[in-house]
Amino acid sequence: MNRPYLKIDQVSKVFNRGSMSTEVLKDISLDIERGEFVSIIGHSGCGKSTLLNIIAGLTPATIGGILLEDREVNSPGPDRAVVFQNHSLLPWLTVYDNVRLAVDKVFGRQKSRAERHAWTMHNLDLVQMGHAADKRPSEVSGGMKQRVGIARALAMEPKVLLLDEPFGALDALTRAHLQDSVMQIHATLGNTVIMITHDVDEAVLLSDRIVMMTNGPSARVGEVLTVPLARPRKRLELVTNATYTKSRESVLKFLYERHQFVEAA
Amino acid sequence: MTMAVRNTNMSDAKAIPTIATKAVVLPFVPPKSQTGARIRQMAINIATAVVPPLITVALILIVWQILCARPGATLPAPSVVWAEANDLIVSPFFNFGSQDIGLGWRVLVSLQRVLVGFGLAAVVGIMLGTLVGQSVWAMRGLDPVFQVLRTVPPLAWLPIALAAFRDSQPSAIFVIFITSIWPVIINTAVGIRNIPQDYRNVALVLRLNAFEYFAKIMVPAAAPYIFTGLRIGIGLSWLAIVAAEMLTGGVGIGFFIWDAWNSSRLPDIVVALIYIGVVGFMLDRLVSLIGRLATRGVAVN
Ligand SMILES: Nc1ncnc2c1ncn2[C@@H]1O[C@H](COP(=O)(O)OP(=O)(O)OP(=O)(O)O)[C@@H](O)[C@H]1O
Ligand SMILES: [Mg+2]
Repeated sequence: MNRPYLKIDQVSKVFNRGSMSTEVLKDISLDIERGEFVSIIGHSGCGKSTLLNIIAGLTPATIGGILLEDREVNSPGPDRAVVFQNHSLLPWLTVYDNVRLAVDKVFGRQKSRAERHAWTMHNLDLVQMGHAADKRPSEVSGGMKQRVGIARALAMEPKVLLLDEPFGALDALTRAHLQDSVMQIHATLGNTVIMITHDVDEAVLLSDRIVMMTNGPSARVGEVLTVPLARPRKRLELVTNATYTKSRESVLKFLYERHQFVEAA
Repeated sequence: MTMAVRNTNMSDAKAIPTIATKAVVLPFVPPKSQTGARIRQMAINIATAVVPPLITVALILIVWQILCARPGATLPAPSVVWAEANDLIVSPFFNFGSQDIGLGWRVLVSLQRVLVGFGLAAVVGIMLGTLVGQSVWAMRGLDPVFQVLRTVPPLAWLPIALAAFRDSQPSAIFVIFITSIWPVIINTAVGIRNIPQDYRNVALVLRLNAFEYFAKIMVPAAAPYIFTGLRIGIGLSWLAIVAAEMLTGGVGIGFFIWDAWNSSRLPDIVVALIYIGVVGFMLDRLVSLIGRLATRGVAVN
């Protein structure tokens, strides 16, 4: 019997604020294989970030839990690196030092100084940011910051890479560039990736499976769609691809017909 | 909070586009005249910064001279100050024995006290502020006490300090300490409390230990706030030292004023006031400069 790499096991989350208590997530279960790229899509406020934070260990689940390689996850750690929606680089450190901080912390014992430097530069080059290593985050564009955030996460050699709307704040062109970078990195390194997104095209283009969440409160996994497109995927060729169009349609149908967003966000 | 005092750099920043447009308008000028233009621009900048206050000072001096040169005036006119106290103005560092020394020496003595008292206040204040900002219970327990104590005027502490230390030197330093510590504590605490959750999350994912978190996240993230507190604190210490020295004696600038008053040397007092103002201004600028250097990039994100 093949055990899943990452298991989200009947996770529920209740937030208590004073006497009020709201159930945000209800009974979420999902098995993710090693090397899989899974997207989570759902309307704003349904609890996607909450779920990602539970996987990251930043928020404890009320009921249920997360198993990574059969071991329970109950605190954050570099084996589940997060790329946050707003990049969250430390503004007082250079691009290089932001990544180096992670490298030093994770590989401080295993790697020598020179190796850590090389590893930092290697990861910056991977996201095409080696040229801006000595700039501060405030001196580079939004897309570049997000690249550095991804480099920092990759540099930790995480078992699972968690992306919380990584391209949400970017314009369409930059977004497309970064999606291509992420696809390429995923193809080269074979990371296991969980990505939250609002963007249907992005989800279909990047994912092996798309997890669609119902509206909150008490959001559940509504449907899981497998995207049977061969890799590498080329965005231009896919536009006319029947499988792509069909996948896209079923996600849109789920979001806008069956689980229309009722209250204004 | 008093955050408005930081970052007033707009006038410096405006100078750059002007140079750029000049370079575009005259594309074939040799580089030499470009540096000429830059020097001219710098001269204009300096002039716009220096000339208006000079005019103000001149006007004040004229009005003061007119008001105090009349017969029956109680205060010395600028001409009298110059005539009677020009040795104090032109040579700050003469030394003719114990109480007959230049004002520069006296300022240095006062500054030394401020440095010790304020230095202690900075270290202790940042530590207490971190505690209050980091722990809800420390805040609940300490914050009300701090809010009450910080309203006590500096000199009200002096008798207690004299009774406790039985010596004027540590008492003066204690008054500086107790005066300048509150803004450091309060601003540090606000800075720590305002550290974005994102930075905390980064620290959690990286599993930074308490010391690494303090040095790599907390201090840099709260630095703009900390420096605001330090800047207010140094201003308050300079206010307090003069008052404290009037009562404790010694060779500081505060005692000089008291001494001059007792021997009716009003022109000397006027000169001392100017010294105090200029030094206080320089202290403020110094801390703000250090703050700006230390927090490069944090404020703008
Ligand atoms: N710490 C908290 N305390 C109380 N309620 C919370 C807390 N964090 C999140 N919530 C609530 O949980 C719900 C889900 O929030 P979450 O941030 O997970 O949504 P999301 O799906 O990521 O939304 P978006 O797409 O806008 O990012 C929201 O209604 C939010 O108000
Ligand atoms: Mg979210």
